[in-house]
Amino acid sequence: MSDKTTLKYTPEHEWLAIDGDVVTVGITDFAAEKLGDVVFVELPAVDSDLASGTVVGEIESTKSVGELFAPVNGSVTEANDAVVDDPSLVNSDPFGEGWLIKVRFTELPSNLLSWDEYSALVGE
Amino acid sequence: MSDPVPERTSPLFAVHTELGASFTDFAGWQMPVRYTSDLAEHAAVRSAAGLFDLSHMAEILVYGADAGAFLDAALAGRLSAIDLMQAKYSLILTEDGGVLDDVVVYRIGETTYLVVANAGNRDAAFAALHDRAAEFTVTVDDQSDDYALIAVQGPNSRAILEETVGISELGSPLDELKYYRATDAFFHGVPLLIARTGYTGEDGFELYLRSDAAVLLWRAIEEAGNKHGLVPAGLASRDTLRLEAGMPLYGHELGTETFPAQAGLGRVVALSKGNDFIGRSAIEAGPPADARVLVGLTSEGKRAGRAGYAIVSGDTEVGTVSSGALSPTLQHPIMMAYVDPAVSAPGTELAVDVRGTKIPATVTTLPFYRREK
Repeated sequence: MSDKTTLKYTPEHEWLAIDGDVVTVGITDFAAEKLGDVVFVELPAVDSDLASGTVVGEIESTKSVGELFAPVNGSVTEANDAVVDDPSLVNSDPFGEGWLIKVRFTELPSNLLSWDEYSALVGE
Repeated sequence: MSDPVPERTSPLFAVHTELGASFTDFAGWQMPVRYTSDLAEHAAVRSAAGLFDLSHMAEILVYGADAGAFLDAALAGRLSAIDLMQAKYSLILTEDGGVLDDVVVYRIGETTYLVVANAGNRDAAFAALHDRAAEFTVTVDDQSDDYALIAVQGPNSRAILEETVGISELGSPLDELKYYRATDAFFHGVPLLIARTGYTGEDGFELYLRSDAAVLLWRAIEEAGNKHGLVPAGLASRDTLRLEAGMPLYGHELGTETFPAQAGLGRVVALSKGNDFIGRSAIEAGPPADARVLVGLTSEGKRAGRAGYAIVSGDTEVGTVSSGALSPTLQHPIMMAYVDPAVSAPGTELAVDVRGTKIPATVTTLPFYRREK
């Protein structure tokens, strides 16, 4: 499980773990909690090109449908098959085994939030 | 968007907070949506028992010499004919035959009835009953703020209530209480109404009592339920439970633009009763022959059609989903939808447009789930 305080965040409740030119993306515990039990996850295919800000996947709970937004421009290097097989990982370990995709990017957006900023955003 | 109406909370709010509930706004009330996992809560109700706080529901007392005759005129059912301590599902109709609210009515005295309305329709239901009472010797009294409603649902619910410390002086033992019957009782001296009713498709009970005794009763039931697998259950599981059981939800399957017959509730409207009632002439004229009707639909995979999604036949839109979810019990998507009569027969192959993808769906009879008796 990643250390939440060292990750970057988007206002769309996604977390980013940046390692060189590859970013691992997941949704936050706040978002997972809001969704409720996740029962279906759809992720973009490996090698597909993502445009920052566009919807590239879905995270569905019994109650609602959440969208996965691409946080960066880039190319998918890995999608987490384990979470597709067992969507409950998004609830049980959102910052760890519940990660969604890894993306190779050229540039990071300038508006990423720190943990403190994200916490303030969700009022925790 | 600012809301001038303050959030309302149940008398059990502190208990829910202590239990770690997530809350949702429901008709202006802060109610528990789930405590831990809505799937686990759903499963517990199907296999053991769940404890629900439904204190947001509206309790309207109707009493006086004309109470029965008044309800016969104000509602679509023949309430004067039900037995003492019998419950009946009924509808408050508009003059145009639409559904203003769906209610459960209990005859709790010879000339006293308890009308339980949806939280979101509390004002509309009370106003309609109040307006319609003018010609009758009857009092319509909204007591919602003074009542709590706690439901115990699931196969173990009877055992749990029989072992709940403090419940006494039952007018009828619970094992003799039939479905849609109620009994008087006391809880530590506080009057209690126990009804064998519910909204989950399981055996279960709904308990009405004064708000100030709600916390003690909740804790006593929890205590008795420990060894019976009882878990507190939120509104998220209540919604998937009722959907599996094919039960309509006001605002989804029912509304003022919907005739009861379209929703499969023609039997709830007592046209054979001799008297006139609000909405009768419109109901007799009936909905147009091509009015959409409520059906069940099932599909494969995990992606469920949701409320508002289109039902299509080929490229033609033939209906709209009113409620849909991945069924926790059946593990495939289930939907209720209003569709054109021509495509409403069970077995008809249609499709649901799930955000641009057409997923095959088959018309099926309701309910999706029926408990083994």
